[in-house]
Amino acid sequence: MDVKGKGALVTGASKGLGAALAEELARAGARVAMVARGSEQLLQAAARIRAAGGEAHAIQGDVADKRQAHAIAGASAAVVGPIELLVHNASTLGPTPLRLLLDTDCEDLDRVLEVNLVGPFRLTRIIAGAMALRGSGLVVHVSSDAAVAAYPGWGSYGASKAAQDHLGRIFSVELQPFGVRFLTVDPGEMDTAMHAAAMPESDRSALARPEDVARRIAEMIARAEQFESGARLVAAPSLEAR
Amino acid sequence: MTPARWPRGDALSERLLVVDPRSQRLRDSLIRDLPQFLRRGDLLVVNDAATLAASLLGRGPGGAPIEARLLGTSPRGGFRAVLFGGGDWRTPTENRVPPIPLALGSRLHFAELSAVVEWISPSSTRLVELHFDREGAELWSALYRVGRPVQYSYTAAPLELWHVQVGYASRPWAAEMPSAGRPLRWELLSSLVRAGVCLAAVTHAAGLSSTGDAALDRALPLAEHFEIPSATVSAVSATRARGGRIVAVGTTVVRALEGAAAQHAGSLVAGAGETDLVLGPDHHPQIADGLLTGVHPPTASHYALLRAFAPADLLARASSYSDRAGYLCHEFGDSWLLLES
Repeated sequence: MDVKGKGALVTGASKGLGAALAEELARAGARVAMVARGSEQLLQAAARIRAAGGEAHAIQGDVADKRQAHAIAGASAAVVGPIELLVHNASTLGPTPLRLLLDTDCEDLDRVLEVNLVGPFRLTRIIAGAMALRGSGLVVHVSSDAAVAAYPGWGSYGASKAAQDHLGRIFSVELQPFGVRFLTVDPGEMDTAMHAAAMPESDRSALARPEDVARRIAEMIARAEQFESGARLVAAPSLEAR
Repeated sequence: MTPARWPRGDALSERLLVVDPRSQRLRDSLIRDLPQFLRRGDLLVVNDAATLAASLLGRGPGGAPIEARLLGTSPRGGFRAVLFGGGDWRTPTENRVPPIPLALGSRLHFAELSAVVEWISPSSTRLVELHFDREGAELWSALYRVGRPVQYSYTAAPLELWHVQVGYASRPWAAEMPSAGRPLRWELLSSLVRAGVCLAAVTHAAGLSSTGDAALDRALPLAEHFEIPSATVSAVSATRARGGRIVAVGTTVVRALEGAAAQHAGSLVAGAGETDLVLGPDHHPQIADGLLTGVHPPTASHYALLRAFAPADLLARASSYSDRAGYLCHEFGDSWLLLES
């Protein structure tokens, strides 16, 4: 998908992978709506992109809230035009340090599912109908290897990401006749605030930089038509790229 | 006619009256049976405008209560709006008190937002243009925090934005939901596409259906902004070429298609524009062959437009049948399909 001139919406865009991906997309000419809960970092990230000559707009809101999801979609389309690329990057680990499932409060699992599963579902439901009607569009789910492998302590997050992966697969078959494509991308382990919260003891020098992973994901988006819709891709950069 | 007071759970089970101007027959049906009345090669054109959170409650000069119903952005960068005095949707629009007199430069406050009156219509002082104190994403985010959907006194409770969006809503251009498309669930659209019916979109800034101000109501619909994508122009010519029929979903789609065609000597051209075309019995539609529309009470302006698709006596029969048969009206109500078999 050539994103030049197209409306793109990236959630969780105030920092880490989301901010880096918004920057890559804007560099490729997309008109980017950047969504996050927090205000200050988000405004700064959008201002950085605009200073570099890209188009970026900060839309503050919580994807886990139904009313705000409608506001996010409406405000985004108002400022960047019809959304042709939707990137679900926002996610939460739940309480850290991570807990075993038997120690996980039901309410904490609820919150993780709201942010990581129901939030993306709702936003796709609001936005992808217009894509389907016009016969094209791309929805990207940022996932994790915790969606596939069973790591102790990663129960809420892993289950939410596994469910999100499957949501993408089912959306992809339902919307296949309408030309709307879905991709799930596992970014690999990155040096982000989220990773530090989950695994504070890990060696940061062994982790990929979000900027490098964002570049890989932007390349995948550019070649989206070459992948089967619903495919799950791994975006970890090779060692040489680090 | 009885209004539907709230969205019903199962849109596909809503009623559909098929009005056939050729045979002059009425056929009682359901929305889920729409594919029976369309043929392979037909084209359904919908309005993909999302509905604005257009109703803003606030205060004018001296703290006087005021409601602004936004009609969308104007070419000058502000928002056109219709103003009301105190009260809200629970009072029928015709019983609403007018806003306190405003002058150019008057400042209005809507919670966290503030706006200045930058233009007042010569035809009614209630039609104005507002310039807000913010712009871009910051303004739009605030409008969604402060605004609520426009609704009328026959509805049962406060509406949320999701009650007034069609299933393919894109840019927020519509002051009121382009409601003819509301019952088109994706299950139905999918089966239409499997049956060889094509889909296309226009975006049309649907305005208000009632302002409560007699002078302004007479002037409805006001000029409205539209955009016709080039894919829709291609779909229309391909449909014509294969002998298919073009069915507009809603009067706003008719306005966009016919308004655009009227500006280009009868042929459809891609692009954006504004139309003040008012359709009526003397207007032979250049683009649309048929119309899927919500059931509405037989007011002059709506029926005048329907008469572009069916003769007055057939519409009168359809109206009295709908009434007798218990069809519900307004944006959450049942539907009519005006289409020659």
